[in-house]
Amino acid sequence: MAEDDNNEPWEHDLEDPEPFHHEASGSSHGRGRGTPALYGVMAEFDNPSVLVAAARRTYQEGYRRINGYSPYPIEELSEAIGFKGMTLPLIVLIGGIVGGLGGFFMQYWMEVINYPLNVGGKPYNSWPAFIPITFECTVLCAAFAAVLGMLMLNKLPQPYHPVFNAPNFALATRDRFFLVIEANDPKFIHREVLQFMGTLGARDVSDVEV
Amino acid sequence: MTSASYTAPPGVKRLQQRALVVGVVFTILFAVGLVLDRAQFFHSYLLAFAFWGGISIGSLALLMLQHLTGGGWGLVIRRVLEAATRTLPLVLILFVPIVVGAHWIYRWTDAAEIAKHPTLTEKAKYLNLPFFTIRAAIYFAIWLLLAFFLNRWSKLQDETANREFTKRMRVLSGPGMVLFVFTVTFASIDWFMSLDPEWSSTIFGFLFVGAWSLSALAFVIAVMAMLSKTEPMNKVVAQLHFHDLGKLLLALVMLWSYFAFSQFLIIWSGNLPEEIRWYLPRTRGGWGAVALAVVILHFALPFLFLLSRSLKRNASKLAIVAILILVMRLFDYLWMIAPAYTGEHFHLSWMDFVGPIGIGGLWLAAFAGALSKRALIPINDPLYETVLEQRHAHAGH
Repeated sequence: MAEDDNNEPWEHDLEDPEPFHHEASGSSHGRGRGTPALYGVMAEFDNPSVLVAAARRTYQEGYRRINGYSPYPIEELSEAIGFKGMTLPLIVLIGGIVGGLGGFFMQYWMEVINYPLNVGGKPYNSWPAFIPITFECTVLCAAFAAVLGMLMLNKLPQPYHPVFNAPNFALATRDRFFLVIEANDPKFIHREVLQFMGTLGARDVSDVEV
Repeated sequence: MTSASYTAPPGVKRLQQRALVVGVVFTILFAVGLVLDRAQFFHSYLLAFAFWGGISIGSLALLMLQHLTGGGWGLVIRRVLEAATRTLPLVLILFVPIVVGAHWIYRWTDAAEIAKHPTLTEKAKYLNLPFFTIRAAIYFAIWLLLAFFLNRWSKLQDETANREFTKRMRVLSGPGMVLFVFTVTFASIDWFMSLDPEWSSTIFGFLFVGAWSLSALAFVIAVMAMLSKTEPMNKVVAQLHFHDLGKLLLALVMLWSYFAFSQFLIIWSGNLPEEIRWYLPRTRGGWGAVALAVVILHFALPFLFLLSRSLKRNASKLAIVAILILVMRLFDYLWMIAPAYTGEHFHLSWMDFVGPIGIGGLWLAAFAGALSKRALIPINDPLYETVLEQRHAHAGH
């Protein structure tokens, strides 16, 4: 891991619009009157491997409400932040099974029960002919379950999200990599989080307001 | 890391020796069948050839595929694929007995049969032994040339680190892929479809393109699972490579199933006497049971297993699924080839098992010999650093 610039979290770039004041408060609350509530602390990285290593260390440190942001999918990142992600596959599987059974028995009901028709002397339940539509219905329902389930689990659409308050966060769609520890993490102590994130090799660490 | 650290582990040499012993013993045993029942011997021989030759020929397709697509999964399996394509000269030698024994395998070589059936009389212009041999020579020439250049340039890339070879391999792979599909289509019609010379199916060639690529991939996954356990491959191969290979395996299982089912659905729907005759003996009695086993163990079970992400990321479990698919490939070839000889009467010969084991031993010995001759990773490939980085990020700490 290249630790070329050993930025302290309280050292800020000049272009940083609002140098934040690091306070020695013991929790996410009570950062002084007038300051907005804290969403979390965001670290900014230059390359994906540093981000993955940082995420892995953060998880090992015991933080659980963490999230990573990058311009493209990083295979190891979700595993590094301890993301299990078993819900969506289950939703897709159920969607697929419902679609498959629905597709098959829709045809069965039509061809055998509702309107039996002799086609070429074949049995009413001509299952080989049902397979293509069964397959199509499986894929269709699984795909719908995937898209709708993803939107539901991500709580999308969401017109406002606090992470966009972080400085330079727009670069997360270009060439920067971000890691956030959310303030609702059970282990979140503002000063400790700032100090810890300063040791991760980030180019910048900053507070994110709600 | 130096290239010296990527020499094949001693396990490969051990595999070569053991395979050679098994191969020689079982081939001698198999040769006894030549005296006992010549027609059965040659049908079992064709089965063994379809299975092992198919892995060599399918590996050529995967080798060109990974040159065209790029990606870490392709880099880590490239040397295994190359070693499998370097067994093609052996596959050519293994083809000779099929030409010699053609009279015991193919009805269209029999003048009396041709005279009896007007379709065969017409088809004799194409289906005759001299032209059959010339066509086979053309297929092998194309495959051997493709394998020769891809192996040679890969070796030169190792030696010179010249990026030019990466480009050359990619440029050859595009048209190579087209040639591959055409040659395999014609070869499968010549070698397997003509077992029932009055029957025809237009998707038959694609069925073999899918089947041979699938068996090659399943074989490569089994080999990679073995190699990734020890030095030096455990330093390079990561879970995510097995994940990618598992996804490709699922895709090929579905592609093969799609081709196989399409052929069945169309012929079953049409229900024409000259077409359905191929399926009648193969869907009744003992052969029907084999067909059901192929549907369940070659499609349904692997499909369900391969949906699981954690299974695809686990080398040993993925290898078990791959080996199941390989075994079922053998039964699928058996199901296609044997009824042409036995008809509706279900009959398994001891030669159907001794043959593939004997030929397989010889083939595996040649493969392991080829694999141990070169470094297991092409370290001068532009992708090499990326793959190491992925591995590093994955291992972490």
